[in-house]
Parts: sequence; structure tokens; C-alpha cells
Amino acid sequence: MEKFVQLSAKACPLPFSNLNTDQILPARYLKWPRSKGLGTVLFQDLRFDADGNQKKDFPLNQLLWQSAKILVAGRNFGGGSSREAAVYALYDYGFRCVIAPSFGDIFAQNAVKNGLVTAVVSDADVADMAAAVSSNPERPVTIDLDRRTIVCGDRTYAFEIDPVSRNQLLNGWDDVDLTESYRDQIVRFSIEHRARQPWAVPARAGTQVS
Amino acid sequence: MSEPQTLVDKLWSTHEVVRRDDGTSLLWVDRHYVHEGSFHAFSQMKARGRTVAEPGLTFGVADHYVPTRGRDHAIANPEIAAMVRNLEANTTESHIALFGLRDPRQGIVHVVGPEQGLTLPGLLIVCGDSHTSTHGAFGAYAFGIGASEVAHVLMTQTLWQKRPKRMRISVDGTATVGVGAKDIALAIIAHVGADGAQGHAIEFGGSTIRTLSMEGRMTLCNMSIEAGGRCGMVAPDATTFGYLKGRPYAPEGDAYDRATEAWSALASDAEARFDREITLDGNVIAPIVTWGTTPDDALPIDARVPDPSREGDPVRAKYLRDALDYMAIAPGKKLTEIPIDRVFIGSCTNSRIEDLRAAAAILAGRVSKVPGLVSPGSSSVKRQAEGEGLDRIFRDAGLEWADSGCSMCVGINGDLVPSGERCASTTNRNFRGRQGPGARTHLMSPAMVAAAAVSGHLADVRPLLAGRKP
Repeated sequence: MEKFVQLSAKACPLPFSNLNTDQILPARYLKWPRSKGLGTVLFQDLRFDADGNQKKDFPLNQLLWQSAKILVAGRNFGGGSSREAAVYALYDYGFRCVIAPSFGDIFAQNAVKNGLVTAVVSDADVADMAAAVSSNPERPVTIDLDRRTIVCGDRTYAFEIDPVSRNQLLNGWDDVDLTESYRDQIVRFSIEHRARQPWAVPARAGTQVS
Repeated sequence: MSEPQTLVDKLWSTHEVVRRDDGTSLLWVDRHYVHEGSFHAFSQMKARGRTVAEPGLTFGVADHYVPTRGRDHAIANPEIAAMVRNLEANTTESHIALFGLRDPRQGIVHVVGPEQGLTLPGLLIVCGDSHTSTHGAFGAYAFGIGASEVAHVLMTQTLWQKRPKRMRISVDGTATVGVGAKDIALAIIAHVGADGAQGHAIEFGGSTIRTLSMEGRMTLCNMSIEAGGRCGMVAPDATTFGYLKGRPYAPEGDAYDRATEAWSALASDAEARFDREITLDGNVIAPIVTWGTTPDDALPIDARVPDPSREGDPVRAKYLRDALDYMAIAPGKKLTEIPIDRVFIGSCTNSRIEDLRAAAAILAGRVSKVPGLVSPGSSSVKRQAEGEGLDRIFRDAGLEWADSGCSMCVGINGDLVPSGERCASTTNRNFRGRQGPGARTHLMSPAMVAAAAVSGHLADVRPLLAGRKP
């Protein structure tokens, strides 16, 4: 995973609440391997009509925001389905940070595993930042993950992020490698757990029928 | 004396392998369910040259992409066929048991796990699906995870998690006839909001919840995620133990007796503290339907949809306008005046035998005014329903009786609501385009879907119950 420390980039306003993972990546693209280009179908049904024409009023369709790396979104961003491919789609399109008042729990966890920052600010701050980037789209927004600040327009905002997620993003940590260092504890735990809770093991072995 | 603990705390501490200084815990996973969507995770595992750590604790179920019609033929769509085949290949290669397309036990993972006795009290259960919260109905700690976490569980049988806050939702009183678990769930979601339980593990309690059957509790816990809660649970009791007795993978004989003794301790201590407490009056919950594009857009059936011009908050007013516009409903319209185009009965929320019985009780001797699909939650549920003659009732009413899978809840097997059509649905998400691009979804209970079917519009089920056993 790529580290995230600081980023200055254009920010696109999407100040709608409840942009759930079905909106970020419609279910019909879930069978695509990531290599097929999930970024190309990001927000597909919000960006395009049924005939594949761009919807003019969707901010991401404006030329100057197509190179944005930061999203300024409404509350409950990424709620709903656990599909990690929604994060792949955002990341592969080029986004590295989403600013919103709240995020779906599973989405936020998927984001940190893939180097995407979820920055939590108040509803009022989102409205402020969306207004600032709308009136001056060319002016970059700066995210400083170490200091947990966002510089947008003429103001500096503090944002919240789970401290463990922040650490992981700053260092580009890999969970699996970390877990490996606890291998002995895991083995010991699994033996003791089975002795303590013998019923936790299925009463019979599974059989394969396809 | 030790500190009083909540059920969440007890389940957490019995699965904690280590806790880091930053407060993150490595948790042991007792059951891992995988479906066709797990291909990203298997690829990640293979890319690292790793294998599955505990194949005996991992179970595969084909549900998301399986066809619900024409199973005797090969799957026509090659991409969908590849998804089902891919799961077979990945599970076979890793020696993971699979309830595959042709298995008589096949069904929706959140129906099959409990039905087979794989889901038990006290377990930590994960699956790459947000509705894994369903299994919390047994007093298990169960939650949905993304592909990277699925890969981590495959490789290590553990998961790094931060301890959530604890929320207790108590519902007390006697639910009126025609009101069930789905109505209770929607009432809760409307009350706390679609993101109200974010960061929390929910424990459901109170006399209304206690009297719910296991199937009702599963419906309730299933919808926890629609309030933003990654997991929801009900403390196990005699109802739970009775449901589990004799299930294929559940403990038997002495082992069952010892297990129920241990499971009986899985309850919050009397003095345990919760970070948030919410109480609802179960006596006054009416049948509920959703009108908008998030599950908290839910109202009693005798209400009118909101009127944005009466909303003082401009942000909320804009949301209401957009939602009504997508749903093609005039502001302030009575819910019972909204006509529907089709119905769907199925999904991990409401497809179990009691759900089918509740819908059939309304449909018996009546005809649906709109087309519709009934997809039982598992192949076992299907056989049981056919044994009870429920399939005849659905067919005689003009609905299609199909095989089991996620079907029209998410539409990725090809069961879609056509664009612009309005569907009364027993599913869990009324998101824009959830049942297909441009589809409009109203969530409600199986009995309420049946009432809408015979009425041709959203309708109160209660008058239709007169002289019938619900």
C-alpha cells in the first residue's frame, strides 16, 4: 500500500448525503476484475444517463474537476454494501481523499487498506469547503494527514480520522505482514480457544457439492 | 468483583488474541463464509503465495450470481457462469466446503449458515457481505468485511479490529397483529437514522424482541447495517437453543447440553453500561413502508410522504425533492395511493419459511394485480414451502415461484426491476438503482408486500387479515 502524508490537489464537490457504495460502484460491475478499469465506471449511474451520455449537472463531469484527487461529500458516504471494489473505483479514478461528515464503517475500513484517506469534518465545514471549491475550482486543496488539517480557500480546517487508520496510512503498513509477527500467539490462542469452547468447531466436516 | 460487562464485551474478550498499545485487537474468527464475490480476496491471497489457514472453519455458498430460473440448463451469461465456477474452483483448491449451485442445501449465505447449524451463539462470524449482521440473532458477534479483510481471514483466521461503542436498543410491549420484525427494524432505522449506529455494535433487547422467533430476530439483526451498525445481536435464550437442536452442524447430545450451558451465560450483566441507549414502544409500531432512497425514509402506512416545501432546513428540503423526484411521487401524497408495478419476496432479510407463510396467508384465495417473483431463502426452505403447499398459493395468485439466491435484491444474477418500474419488496435497500438501473424500491414486510400485490398499490395489511391467521 502506498503511503499518504500530504496532498495538494483539486477537490470536487459532491455535497449529497448517503452516497452509498451502490452509487459509487453499481452492482453490475462487481464481476469485473480490477484490471478491467473500475475507475472508468465510478459513479456510473450518477455520471451517465441510460444511453451513456454525460449528465451535465454532475460535478465530476465538469472538465476542470475530472483531474480532482479529493472529494468533498455529504454525510454517510460509502454506507451500505461492503463491496471493496467501490474503494478500488475511487482510487483507480485518481481519488486519494474523501472529506465528509460521516462514513460507512465498512467503507472506512476498506479505504484505509487501500491508501484512501477518509477525513471527517462537520456538516458546516463540508458546506463551506464545497462553496469554496465551487467558486474557485482551480485552487488546490491541501490535506496534511500528520497534522490532520485541510487547507481550503482561505481557511484551515481540522479533520478527524481514527488514529490507528492514520498511522497505517502514514506508514503504508501492511496488515498481513504485521499479523505474521504474532503467529505464535495465534497458534497458542487457537488451541486454548478450542479447549475452552469445543462447540465452536463445526460438529462435522464440510463436504463439497458444486 | 469484576466490572459488569455487556454481551458485546464478553464476545469481544473471548476472541481477543492480542491487543496492541494503540487499542486495536487481533480477533480470532470462528466461522468465515465466502460467496462468489470473494474472488478479489482469493486473488490477493494467491498473489502473496499463501494458502487458507483454516479451511475447516470456512464455508462457501453460491448465492449472489446464481440463476433463480432454469437451473437444469447451463448458465447462459458467460460472465455470470464464470463467477459461479470461480467460487467452485477457489473453494475446491483450498479444501473449503461449498454449498454450490447444485447442492440441495444451497441458498442465501445468511439463511444457510443458521439453517445448517453453522451459526451458533458465542461465535465470531465474518463474511464479505454487509448483511452478515444477520447471524447476531444467535448471540454471535457477526459483521461484514471487505475483500482485503476477507483475504486476511483466509490467510490467518484472524482480523484486526477496533472495539466499537456499545448501543442498546430496547423495544418493549406487544406488537399488534400484522406488525412483525421488519416493521420493528424499519421503525428503529427511521428513529436512529441510516448512519445513526455508525461506530457501534448494537444489542437488541426488551420484551418485543424477546418474543420474536429466531427468524424474526434474523430479520431485525440483518437490518442493523441499514442503521449504520456493523453488527447487531440478541442474547441467546430458549428460543435460540430450541432452533439449533438437531441442526446438521450444531453440537449433539452431551456436547449440545454443555454448549447450551455455556451459551446461557451470554447476556449483558444487569449493571452493564452502554455508550448509547435507545428505547421504542413496541405497542405503537404500525406496518411500515419506505417512500424514498434510503432505508430511514420510512413511515407508517397510513402516513403521507413528506412535502419539501414544508421543510425548514434547505439541505433536507433538497434531499426530499431529489428523493421524491427519483421515486416519481408527488409531495405530500398518501402512501396508500402509490400504485406499484411489481412485487418481490426474497433476500437474506425476508425469505425464510415464516416470511413465506406470512405472505401466503394474505395471498391465499386472492390474485395479485401485478407480476412478481418469490425466491425462497434456500433450497431447503423451498422444499419445505412446497411441502406446505405455499408454492401453489403464490402461483395461483399469479406470482412466479423460483429457486433460491440473492436474486432481485441486488440484481446481479439478472433478476432486475426494469427501469422506471416501482417494486414493493421484502429486501433491505431502497437505494437508487439497487434493484436495477432506474428501479424504484419500497421496502416492507412480506405480509405488506402481499397486501400491495393484491391491492395494486401500497396498502395496509391489517384489514386484509380479517378472518385469517397471520
